Amino acid sequence: MLTQALFRALDKKAIWLVAILIAVAILVPASNLLLPNGHPLRLPNYAVPLFGKYLTFAMLALALDLVWGYCGILSLGHGAFFAIGGYGMGMYLMRQIGDRGVYANPVLPDFMVFLNWKELPWYWHGFDNFWFAMLMVMLVPALLAFVFGFLAFRSRVTGVYLSIITQAMTYALLLAFFRNDMGFGGNNGLTDFKEILGAPISADTTRAALFAASAIALALAVLVCSMVVNSKLGKVMVAVRDAESRARFLGYRVEYVKLFAFVVSAIIAGIAGALYVPQVGIINPGEFEPANSIEVVIWTAVGGRGTIIGPIIGAIMVNVGKSYFTGAFPEFWLFALGALFVITTLFLPKGIVGLIGQYRTLTTKREQHDRSAPSPADVEAGADPQPKAAE
Amino acid sequence: MTDKTGTMLYLDGVSVAFDGFKALNSLSIIVHPAEMLAIIGPNGAGKTTMMDIITGKTRPDDGEVLFDGRTDLTKLDEAAIANLGIGRKFQKPTVFESQTVWDNLEMALKKPRGIFPTLFYTASAADIARIGEILETVRLLARKDHLAADLSHGQKQWLEIGMLLAQDPKLLLVDEPVAGMTDSETVETAKLLKDIARTRSVVVVEHDMSFVRDLDSRVTCLAEGSVLAEGSLDQVSANPVVIERYLGR
Repeated sequence: MLTQALFRALDKKAIWLVAILIAVAILVPASNLLLPNGHPLRLPNYAVPLFGKYLTFAMLALALDLVWGYCGILSLGHGAFFAIGGYGMGMYLMRQIGDRGVYANPVLPDFMVFLNWKELPWYWHGFDNFWFAMLMVMLVPALLAFVFGFLAFRSRVTGVYLSIITQAMTYALLLAFFRNDMGFGGNNGLTDFKEILGAPISADTTRAALFAASAIALALAVLVCSMVVNSKLGKVMVAVRDAESRARFLGYRVEYVKLFAFVVSAIIAGIAGALYVPQVGIINPGEFEPANSIEVVIWTAVGGRGTIIGPIIGAIMVNVGKSYFTGAFPEFWLFALGALFVITTLFLPKGIVGLIGQYRTLTTKREQHDRSAPSPADVEAGADPQPKAAE
Repeated sequence: MTDKTGTMLYLDGVSVAFDGFKALNSLSIIVHPAEMLAIIGPNGAGKTTMMDIITGKTRPDDGEVLFDGRTDLTKLDEAAIANLGIGRKFQKPTVFESQTVWDNLEMALKKPRGIFPTLFYTASAADIARIGEILETVRLLARKDHLAADLSHGQKQWLEIGMLLAQDPKLLLVDEPVAGMTDSETVETAKLLKDIARTRSVVVVEHDMSFVRDLDSRVTCLAEGSVLAEGSLDQVSANPVVIERYLGR
């Protein structure tokens, strides 16, 4: 049953995408590690974690697309799940520092010593185990999404109202995580990481491995999303997006369909956040910033929502643009981002992927037209209206 | 009132008001198994509100709504009522436009509606045959791979009737099925509905009198939220009150 569903998910496009991502997972680290310095094909050291970061953003955008593009839930708080996943990884990395911190406390992270805390809060226990931390990276966002979604979808909060409360959710978390008493490092967040799974965190090999892990995680997310959207449940999700009450009258529990999509999406976002943190070396409450979540919506819209590849292309392109702009013309980046969103909304409702699709149908239509339409001369001569194949 | 057992749909004294406006005023209607009932009446008579109450979209302020002689519909939500075996066709054809005709029917096909059975669903040979059969009945076989949005208005109406059939309901609520159809399509629809009513209960709301005549069923005329007259179409349309309040206008 499960394997059948998986096979169905492997439509041609998904196979290509997964194959490309696996190739990237091998080739990028190989180019960085194996080629000698100065080789034209060698990826510079700084670029590996940068591109790795883009891949985690792509994963976040894909997660958003699952709920927005396919199920019509415009979440303006998806950055919260990403940030929580990031904090989960950050807590593991903090515990790995051990007595190498400034205060050399073997158990307590530096900020707790600084706050005069005597023992580890209960919710920090277990995070010295990698597997436990990774479990929490998925479980905590899933639980938050479940509780939030259950309440919101059951009360039939939809459309712009839902978007506003997702925004409120991430803002509330932002304020909560800013507080020192929360025990997550307050304003400064978690940083100064030393090693991950025993490997020094900023070594070239570790960064290459993290890059490969991000590419493979993205490939897995593509498989999962593709499986979901190609299943009958995926069709029901689209049905809910297009005509929610009609789906209800068919006997589907719309709130559970949404809840499923929301929870799966939150888990993917959480994993993306966990991969993001070791590559940038810090997680702080700024990640809960509502503006971050809105930016994810822009990536998804630019790439093309309601497709698997769209959000990935959108996230990577916009972020490459952002890296370039903020280096070359820092003061113009926000204008460029705003303009991008306006242009996309006005002229490219289906994003870049939609544009390519439109161009394709246009050219095939024109070809068909050229091939099948009788020439005006034939019509005037009262020739057989049936087109002749030879022409 | 009358005996509730052996009825498919039993409405007794149902009232609902919206902001003081009495949309339904002590409405009582009975539909028996394998029976067709046509409901006519002027705009604002409460026909659509009645359907909303039966399908769980609106809760009545007062009155009893029973399905199959025993299930209280006022306690259930839309999805639960749909799964009991009540199918509804809307006034404005509502199909899932961005999906193919086939997918529309596949989603409607009577199958477990839970999340995981739906996620891991694979169409069995029997399911495929059933969808093919329905496509033939509603004459959309040639268009099965087209998007529902590309269908003509009449075809969308038929697709929605097909989706109703796929749901395999015991009771069908059909709101203005022939609006926007050509004359020949209207005749075909009447035939199809009569055919369906041989095994299931059908409630049809319609304004088109010649179509109601074709249905050749019991007729109830509603006005201002309650029953004005009941009987055959000839009896009802000869009723002086009906002429004054509805037909004559």
